[in-house]
Amino acid sequence: MGGQTLFDKIWAQHVVADLGNDTALLHIDRHIMHDLGGPRGLADVLAKGYRVRNPELVFATPDHAVSSAPDRTEDTNPTGGKFLRDLRRYAAQTGVRLFDLGQEGQGIVHVVGPEMGISLPGATIVCGDSHTCTHGGLGALAFGIGSSELVHVLATQTLVQRKPRRMRVRFEGTPQAGVTPKDMILFLIGRIGAAAGTGFAVEYAGSAIRALPLEGRLTICNLSIELGAKMGMVAPDDTTFGYLHGRPFAPRDAMWERAVAFWRTLPSDTDASFDVEHEIDAAAIAPQITWGTSPQDVIAIGDRIPDPDKAADPDRRKAMAAALDYMGLLPGAAIEGTKVDWVFIGSCTNSRLSDLRAAAAVAKGRKVASGVNAWVVPGSEIVRRDAEREGLHEIFRAAGFQWRQPGCSMCVAANGEQVPPKARSVSTSNRNFVGRQGPLARTHLASPAMAVAAAVTGTIADVRKLGA
Amino acid sequence: MDKFTTLTSPAAVLLRQNIDTDIIVRIERLITLGRTELGPYCFEALRYREDGGDDPAFFLNDPACKGARILLAGRNFGCGSSREGAVWALMCVGIRCVIAPSFGDIFFNNCFQNGVLPVVLPADKIEALADVVRRDQQAHPVTVDLEHQAVRAADVAIDFEVDPGRREALLLGLDEIGVTLQREPDIAAFQARDRALRPWIYF
Repeated sequence: MGGQTLFDKIWAQHVVADLGNDTALLHIDRHIMHDLGGPRGLADVLAKGYRVRNPELVFATPDHAVSSAPDRTEDTNPTGGKFLRDLRRYAAQTGVRLFDLGQEGQGIVHVVGPEMGISLPGATIVCGDSHTCTHGGLGALAFGIGSSELVHVLATQTLVQRKPRRMRVRFEGTPQAGVTPKDMILFLIGRIGAAAGTGFAVEYAGSAIRALPLEGRLTICNLSIELGAKMGMVAPDDTTFGYLHGRPFAPRDAMWERAVAFWRTLPSDTDASFDVEHEIDAAAIAPQITWGTSPQDVIAIGDRIPDPDKAADPDRRKAMAAALDYMGLLPGAAIEGTKVDWVFIGSCTNSRLSDLRAAAAVAKGRKVASGVNAWVVPGSEIVRRDAEREGLHEIFRAAGFQWRQPGCSMCVAANGEQVPPKARSVSTSNRNFVGRQGPLARTHLASPAMAVAAAVTGTIADVRKLGA
Repeated sequence: MDKFTTLTSPAAVLLRQNIDTDIIVRIERLITLGRTELGPYCFEALRYREDGGDDPAFFLNDPACKGARILLAGRNFGCGSSREGAVWALMCVGIRCVIAPSFGDIFFNNCFQNGVLPVVLPADKIEALADVVRRDQQAHPVTVDLEHQAVRAADVAIDFEVDPGRREALLLGLDEIGVTLQREPDIAAFQARDRALRPWIYF
């Protein structure tokens, strides 16, 4: 028998009962809840007469529906206020820990879990949000669930899951200057498609992944779901342990040493086999920008917008034509120079301190072009405080960006913060779907540095050409 | 959960690939509306024209698709957001079965939780079904027989695979939480074992 993958090891360690046919009842170590799914899930559990089985393993914070306005109160978005009060009430009633507005621990669930040390290597982590795959950057088995599954986890601390197949993607080599983890993962999705990962747990490996700081690995894993994979992961190593050590909910002292020794056994064995393997030359990747309405509709910044007539598959041709029509773009044109109305820097993909530092480095000494609305929304209260301690907020404000309060904001537009119809947005978020940032909004996904380049030029631009 | 045994109805055809759950239902509708009120907002970006009128080409506005409870769909249907509201919105417009070459993994699980059957068939088989259906939706209904794991329409008959546990749960209308709670001794035993192995997980 061959060796085991990282995924296989974590899966096997969490099987409560083998249900046959590759299906298992899995123990869930961490359940993170937000303000949309949380109150409803807790209400459902109580209404059905169940109890929250392990409230100490459940963590909640408002992110989706709260306003990101600089002077927000809980009722700046009234619907968000209602959800938050429900979340508070049910959390208190069931013993679930809540990180409230203004507290360390508040923020986008996928920023908060890692930074608080709630999310750990080797753990199973779920949340009623598809970007839960983000936490896989720590070497966890993390995935999004629906609201029925959420209630199942609250009531039983387990989930019935079918074992996915295993895919490994190796990024080898050194990326060029100006190329970020966001560009690496968008490039992969463009190369193999938005459905390539369906039914798989993806492990990202190779020298370019090993060289990435932990926050970059979180960005890579975040977009696994846009590849179709609900689980993405990176093997834990010293980078992981260095990031986690001393975080509020991470183990301490002797327990820390014991945990690290255990976590070192998790990486895939050298003779482990994967059902599918891909290799990407990281040095060949240029800064990426999406042109369509799926994350797979992506090109290098210097490329021309593709022509649907040149696509071989008739369904693909139709999808491309519909996407270009929605986006108001012409095939064959350069994407560089396309006029931009909005720039959004934030989301569970790219709102961590390293993202804001990269954005501020480009924004420093420059001005947002006239007619462009540019927002920076830090991912969490901790990110906000750390960024302000470094003066990043002053750099953004001086350049003409709005510096806002932590939450999901304009990535999902669930709090009323929307890109207007037909306005063009360059966004560091994860989805350029039809209507995602607001009805008829036109979203281009890019890295934080590329988003700032768009803001200061007023066009889709190559950050490498801005000069020092 | 409602049982699913055999379903015969006209089928609608929407073969566009990568239909995401955002386009099935916008998040703001899920915030303000109950799960049975989503019908008018299912596929709202596709079914209405910019002036707010119905787009007659979309299946929900097509009299030929009246009463359709089965949707023939493209690759990667239900990708993207985990929102279970996408399944509820489809249920609100009458859909109880989606047939596609592949599904978003989270959407796929959400379907089973609501008594909706997602059937995976190869794209060419779905094309064959669509060809039959398009000739006359009302005259050529599709039958999805979960017990015998078969899809039929006119002279086309295709077998499909489904996870045996999922199949049984749908046929019997089982409540998954109730079934799992019967395994409480297993869950308690797992935690006791695991607490010794990985104490840092349990605080």
